[in-house]
Amino acid sequence: MSLLVLKTGLLDSVQDLGRWGYAHLGIHAAGAADPVGLQVANLLAGNEPGTAALEMHFPAPVLRFEKAAFFALGGADFHARLDGMDVPVGTPVHAAAGSKLVFLRQVRGMRTYLTVRGGFELDPWLGSFSTDLMAGTGGLQGRALQAGDRLPFRQTWSDAAPSRIFPWRANVSGLYPSEGMFRFLPGPEHDLLDEASRQRLETSEWRFGRRANRMGCLAEGSMLALHEKLELVSSVVLPGTVQLLPGGDMLILLADCQTTGGYPRIAQVVSADLSGLAQQRPGEGFRLRKVGLDEATEAGLEQRRVLGRLGWGAICLLEYSLKKD
Amino acid sequence: MAHAIPPPICIPIAEHALLVQWENRIDPLLNDAVQHLYRVLSAMNPPGLLDLVPAYSSLALVLDLAWFDRQFPEANPLQVAQGWVESALKTPGNFEAVAGRLVEIPVCYESDFAPDLERLAAWAGMNASEIIAHHFGPEYRVYMLGFLPGFAYMGTVDERIAAPRLVRPRERVAAGSVGIAGLQTGIYPLESPGGWNLIGRTPLRLFDPQRPEPVLLRPGDRVRFRAISTDEFNQIEQTP
Repeated sequence: MSLLVLKTGLLDSVQDLGRWGYAHLGIHAAGAADPVGLQVANLLAGNEPGTAALEMHFPAPVLRFEKAAFFALGGADFHARLDGMDVPVGTPVHAAAGSKLVFLRQVRGMRTYLTVRGGFELDPWLGSFSTDLMAGTGGLQGRALQAGDRLPFRQTWSDAAPSRIFPWRANVSGLYPSEGMFRFLPGPEHDLLDEASRQRLETSEWRFGRRANRMGCLAEGSMLALHEKLELVSSVVLPGTVQLLPGGDMLILLADCQTTGGYPRIAQVVSADLSGLAQQRPGEGFRLRKVGLDEATEAGLEQRRVLGRLGWGAICLLEYSLKKD
Repeated sequence: MAHAIPPPICIPIAEHALLVQWENRIDPLLNDAVQHLYRVLSAMNPPGLLDLVPAYSSLALVLDLAWFDRQFPEANPLQVAQGWVESALKTPGNFEAVAGRLVEIPVCYESDFAPDLERLAAWAGMNASEIIAHHFGPEYRVYMLGFLPGFAYMGTVDERIAAPRLVRPRERVAAGSVGIAGLQTGIYPLESPGGWNLIGRTPLRLFDPQRPEPVLLRPGDRVRFRAISTDEFNQIEQTP
């Protein structure tokens, strides 16, 4: 009654929407790097949007459904195949007992999410199922998955039907920013940038550096400078915070960032664009556009509305389809 | 005394985060104000508040906007949060009364655990035992936690031994290592990369996810170090 890892992937861990409420102890939230991808997968599977899922990077693992399961993928497209059938992202799937899921190619994005209806049976740590890879706790034994690991299903299905890909697909186009354009709010230390750097922040063509992980990634393309050197005492950082490193490089923080940092926070990528940021691959170009708080707030609200509608749609279709069966 | 400090400013740093910021420096009075605000807000624990991030002289509130969508759709969450902060700042506080616990931390300063002690001594123009005495002499305050789960930023260190961070950080620092970085002293709760000057090690576990309270030190705690021998280190380490 589990999902069995047949072959280890690059970095695969259990994540939900994060472990909030412990930053005062230095415990960061972790959680899905692409929270939209996680939620899409869950909504398609008929789960609560924040249910813990398996976050996978490429090369992704080879997985076996030891018992029948109902699952969905969200986030990146790694060209999934279930026993020879193509599995699109954002589509509910019934997997027959014993079926094998493989991921062939990194078509688009960095991280894909697999969730099963009912969720995985795991123990939470401090109220969350997210794996804290640094502290070695949460998720499955506090670590990335490896061959032989099993994620037990909370809900079992006696369904002996063959595997089946459901005939609908979530439209996620409104959920990710278009064409490598990420919006940002000026960070608390944005004003410390010199005039030319403030310009360059918005006009440069940026690229993600090779060394990208769940903590963050370096942006390449231009060097920025402060008009005034300032020693900052440590203060909050968040996923989406853009720090200026002493050498002039920009570091964009993601889900596994620390709770505090001491580098100038020159920008904050708006929440609505954070998932798109986490799907950016090393070497891909992007631009940054400054927006006001109103636009950022509206974008976040709209994203949550789209997710809400997607959830309703998925539930209606599932009920209709399951009745028809 | 607390009235002598200039009031903080509130800066929205994201659609879902408000930063309350005092002056940018390490100052016990400013940190008292942070601790006070932290304690009042965490006692208030208003719905829609996801996390509090107290630091040296700032505190951030992270909001759950999905909660506001559902329960309070007409509200401006950042304005609501600013209201919480304003009322919390008005709540009278007796800083003496809320002073943190006094925690004693045994530290072994023997050379096996103190790879930077000799260099630090040369930097300070002292011998190793003087450095050690200067380190465990004062009582420290836990200004904040950050960097790693359970990593406490403590201060302030005697200026004479306040050596700057290593130019080249180590890739691996053992858990329990006690370090100095400028006016700050801290203990690595986990094995991790690190750039602080290492002068000793504690056998205590600063972080243990299996404990009901995984983190040993809390913001506002007072800390005293006690110098121990290698034998005592081993003894304490083997005590469950």
